[in-house]
Amino acid sequence: MKKQLFTFAVAAAMATASSVALGQTLDEVTERGYLQCGVTEGVPGFSFPDENNNWTGLDVDYCRAMAAAIFDDPDAVRYTPLTSASRFESLGNGNIDVLSRTTTWTMTRDTDLGLSFAGVMFYDGQGFMVREDLGVTSALELSGAAVCVESGTTTELNLADYFAANGMDLSNAVVFVNQDEVVQSFIDGRCDVFTTDSSALAAERSRFADPDAYVILPEIISKEPLGPVVRSDDIEWFNIAKWVYYALLNAEELGVTSENVDDMLGSENPSIRRLLGVEGDFGTAIGLSTDWGYRIVKHVGNYGEIYDRHVGMDTIIAIPRGVNNLWTEGGIQYGMPIR
Amino acid sequence: MTQSYFVRSEMQEALPPPGQTTGIVAWARANLFSSPGNTLMTLLGFAFIAWIVPPLYDFFIARAVFTDPEQLRGAACRIEDVGACWIFVKARFQFFIYGFYPDDQIWRVNLMFVLGVILLIPLLVPKAPFTRTAALLFFLVYPVVSYFLMTGGVFGLSVVPSAEWGGLTLTLIIAFVGIIASLPIGILLALGRQSKLPAVKLFSVAFIELWRAVPLITVLFMASVMFPLFMPRGIDPDTLLRAIIGIIFFESAYMAEVVRGGLQAIPRGQYEAANALGLSKVKTMVFIILPQALKHVIPGIVNTFIALFKDTSLVSIIGIFELLRAVRSAGADPNWISPTMAVTGYVFAGFIFWVFCFGMSRYSIYMENRLHTGHKR
Repeated sequence: MKKQLFTFAVAAAMATASSVALGQTLDEVTERGYLQCGVTEGVPGFSFPDENNNWTGLDVDYCRAMAAAIFDDPDAVRYTPLTSASRFESLGNGNIDVLSRTTTWTMTRDTDLGLSFAGVMFYDGQGFMVREDLGVTSALELSGAAVCVESGTTTELNLADYFAANGMDLSNAVVFVNQDEVVQSFIDGRCDVFTTDSSALAAERSRFADPDAYVILPEIISKEPLGPVVRSDDIEWFNIAKWVYYALLNAEELGVTSENVDDMLGSENPSIRRLLGVEGDFGTAIGLSTDWGYRIVKHVGNYGEIYDRHVGMDTIIAIPRGVNNLWTEGGIQYGMPIR
Repeated sequence: MTQSYFVRSEMQEALPPPGQTTGIVAWARANLFSSPGNTLMTLLGFAFIAWIVPPLYDFFIARAVFTDPEQLRGAACRIEDVGACWIFVKARFQFFIYGFYPDDQIWRVNLMFVLGVILLIPLLVPKAPFTRTAALLFFLVYPVVSYFLMTGGVFGLSVVPSAEWGGLTLTLIIAFVGIIASLPIGILLALGRQSKLPAVKLFSVAFIELWRAVPLITVLFMASVMFPLFMPRGIDPDTLLRAIIGIIFFESAYMAEVVRGGLQAIPRGQYEAANALGLSKVKTMVFIILPQALKHVIPGIVNTFIALFKDTSLVSIIGIFELLRAVRSAGADPNWISPTMAVTGYVFAGFIFWVFCFGMSRYSIYMENRLHTGHKR
């Protein structure tokens, strides 16, 4: 009830503040000379200050891509670390232009708060981690395994549903009251499987003494789509946010990377020519330059590059691509055509 | 016949005291083992030390990682039975102290610290020269100079927005401003609460009771999240400023009650004596009442200061990068993640807090003794 009241207050305040003309956000950002991007206060792989005190991560690279598209300069961003409690208010009152902060796309958030989700940078969801020497490669092989899970959480319910739906045996599950106990028992070998959101699995694993001895299985059994958010009052800005995301996906699908992008300018493939602005003019329609797609890929890379750089298998986070693969590779990341 | 007698020409050497009344043994007997109860306590104490010290030594020194010659970063601390990961603190030390402040501008922060220390010496050390000048500079000029040093924008200094301040610097700024502002406001509120003017009294009581009745987290949250919602779009007072104002209001309400305690301890005779001398109301307060009242409540005032210093870590909930937040965020760097890194960072932050709070506490004891004029019972 309290939460509803608060949501109502926020929505009401935003409604009064939201008489904004089309395209005003882009004008404001251009005039200011930098993008204001809301990030987490530190989540491994997604956004954190690195050793040179620069923000880095998957969510950060989305903001860099936007800045590259607008200014041809990925560094024209100022980051505002936000707590989960204050993120929507900061976006609503204009402290930030875009919120790229591991935010789950839900109907309430998309419709009630005067905010719009521009895409899904990371399909998170409940996953499974096992010791590598068990030789398990799929969650479907886990029937009868000792699964460690926190009691009374949606995680526990999802687990039960998944095992029941696949006719698997869950009688050996071990239930704990808190997450730390779950992690400790998993390390101590009291259970074979540890389950929670896959990004959290990866973050926990990176703190283990020997992270390489554990693998995260590719199956994701619940929906936690994490994506960037903008205000709903400015459809042009929303379009920019949305198409920067699609450009990242299209670039990967077309094999355009930050390294070969200059060669690709001479490509005969019309899709590539449209993406990079060699043929047709798609940037002007969203208030950007013709070569907006080229700028994004040149400075930041495509979606696959971003993924691999921050959470890919070569990093210590090491989350398998799984559902985050392109639709052509068996995942569900699907970039709308630029045409 | 000559009388022969013997006179000592030199004094007999004093015998050493009986062996059991001096030295370590005697000291231990007198202080540690004087009764069965004390003996038991001593043994328990030693057992506790023996139980607690070796594991701590083991973790923080023996098994700790101090160097990283191969630049392995987190991997250097990812070894069997590793202790504290000091290389993490070493590598991110600058971030913990200065936050996101640009590298080439850090001299400005250092200059601010140096100026502050130079001005503080005459204020803290009794009998040092230039006390009055230093006080004037410290309370009036120094805050302004510091502000422009930190923000820039004048004399060709580049602008550093407060969002890029952080770490210990920010903790100290918040604590300093809070302490400097909350004491005078607190004193005024305490006097206001005793005032015979209904409006003043009502305002003081309402202010104190309102701010004292809400948790600091609520104040900060209101200041950072709700307040901007009521402002027109684009007008956005600095988050840090809003947080600091919130802290000042909150702490001055507490300070007012501490000071009021001191005022109530002053006997009526003091007021009457001041009246008899023909002192005005203001002079009575400034020269007779307040010096005595404040002296009585030094422990309470310092208590509030220490609480304020530690409360600064709460601003992290509104995304301000004070020391503790800086340590936690740096810990999210996958290059550095390792089993003991987080604990090491917390211990470092805790130690810094302890050093400052302990320093304040010792100084207050020193001041109490210096101002002691036989009023204590």
